[in-house]
Amino acid sequence: MSDATVPAMFGPKSAARWVGAVSGAVLPVMAVVAAIVAIWYGGSVMMNRAWTLDQIERRGLEMTAMEIVADAMNQERPVLPTPHQVFAELWDTTVVEPVMRERRGTLQGNPRNLLFHAYHTLWPTILGFGVGTFLGILLAVGIVHSRAMDMSVMPWAIASQTIPILAIAPIIVVVVSNLPALNNAVDQGWISEDTKLLVPKALISSYLSFFPVVVGMVAGLRSPQVSDLDLMRTYSASRGQTFWKLRLPASVPFLFTSLKVSIAAALVGTIVAELPTGARFGLGARLLTGSYYGQTIQIWSALFMAAICAAALVILLGALEKIVLKRMGVRP
Amino acid sequence: MPDPVSSQSVDQRAASVISARGLDLTFQTADGPVQALRDVNLEIGKGEFVSFIGPSGCGKTTFLRVIAALEHPTGGQITVNGMTPDEARKSRAYGYVFQAAGLYPWRTIEKNIKLPLEIMGFDAAEQDRRVKNVLQLVDLEGFGKKFPWQLSGGMQQRASIARALAFDADILLMDEPFGALDEIVRDHLNEQLLQLWARTEKTIGFVTHSIPEAVYLSTKIVVMSPRPGRITDVIESDLPRERPLDIRDTPEFLAIAHRVREGLRAGHAYDD
Repeated sequence: MSDATVPAMFGPKSAARWVGAVSGAVLPVMAVVAAIVAIWYGGSVMMNRAWTLDQIERRGLEMTAMEIVADAMNQERPVLPTPHQVFAELWDTTVVEPVMRERRGTLQGNPRNLLFHAYHTLWPTILGFGVGTFLGILLAVGIVHSRAMDMSVMPWAIASQTIPILAIAPIIVVVVSNLPALNNAVDQGWISEDTKLLVPKALISSYLSFFPVVVGMVAGLRSPQVSDLDLMRTYSASRGQTFWKLRLPASVPFLFTSLKVSIAAALVGTIVAELPTGARFGLGARLLTGSYYGQTIQIWSALFMAAICAAALVILLGALEKIVLKRMGVRP
Repeated sequence: MPDPVSSQSVDQRAASVISARGLDLTFQTADGPVQALRDVNLEIGKGEFVSFIGPSGCGKTTFLRVIAALEHPTGGQITVNGMTPDEARKSRAYGYVFQAAGLYPWRTIEKNIKLPLEIMGFDAAEQDRRVKNVLQLVDLEGFGKKFPWQLSGGMQQRASIARALAFDADILLMDEPFGALDEIVRDHLNEQLLQLWARTEKTIGFVTHSIPEAVYLSTKIVVMSPRPGRITDVIESDLPRERPLDIRDTPEFLAIAHRVREGLRAGHAYDD
């Protein structure tokens, strides 16, 4: 194409641009991060100090103020772990611990590794997200094309989201794990016991993730203007043609916006589903065992891992959105 | 008020492409019924360029939409090519150009022009041939692969006209197609539209609220007035078909423009 589209990668201008980018975006971000870390350390010291002071009194120790602060920052079971403790734990449980280990003669996933738990959470999340998205699009298409569905389905969809997921997750888990068809499949050796555990997780995850897709897609499929629809009428286009050539392409930007909300909801759904299943694996299970044994550092590192997973999924969808919208000719 | 029907010659009516008799249209709104059209009688002959002019609410767009079967009259009769508007639409009697170019942003210019062709089931080779043809007609060769946002407003409107021409309808219905463009671009497009009309010999229905535009383009000017929407005057233009832009300074042009203005005043269009 033309020369103007080639970005100036080199030369004196690029240096100025870098300085501009650093002072324009990086600096403010760094400042906010620094502030959060500072507040976090302050909070840790304040909340953990009581235990240190208590120890001093019981054991009759003499400590300077600085020593008390240092101790509050490095307790084994702090009320609020400090950033460096959490990140040391994250490092240990992802890089130091092997992902696989040998057990009973076979190589299996290592439950001490956080990536192993992340995998057990991500898999049902993606599955549930896929099912939820598919269902959500299907419902939206129905709602937009049928007045009866518009009147009858939407209230139920909204009602479904007002029920606290924490309350019905155990019910879903119990019902699904006792489904004869599912137990049959395990008995026949079609699916493994591990796969069976995945089903209720994915189901709860899809339960949370279909809703943003329904809402976004209904808005998206209804987004064409009256004149766009009139144009289709002047061609005597069928409903199907109007759907494929107008409504669906017009809804794509809406779809991606709701997908980003939906995948985060799917992840939350999976983690919540892991709590009452007595799941041994998964970030939810990790949170639960952490709270059983008062391992606050473990809880926080699991929380961070969940946040990292969510961010990674949303960024992935954002990249996909960019590619798709670019191919659809959206102004860069 | 002159009777619009009696001012037409009999043989013109015989060749008429669009014929409206005693057309009424009442919209039911929350504020009660609104009479958008009352007793509209009009004959449009083949190859005519007819402008509809009047203030907003006079029913000019509504009448165009009735021809296109986008609205349905509540009384009277209308035929397009001797058929009902619905039948005419199914037989691809007309192409419609809206005020906004209305190009689908996710389609290139080429693909936008192909939209009606895809819907109407033309094969791929024929689609390509027609796209090339109409792009040439509206002077947009070489822009087929561009997306709409890469084109100026005037070029977008030309692409939209190309889209309306692509399936070879005899009638071109245009609803204030240049209303959103600036005067210079508008003059240029008016000139091009006249050339296009001369080359394609289409029948054109053109809604506008600009008196010079209506007089410059038309062989027949329909003056309308609001509340209820009705025709107050039908002016046959005796300007030559060959019209350079400076024809607008001639006494003949000004005389017709004056009559249009009088017609608008007679319909109390300047009251508010």
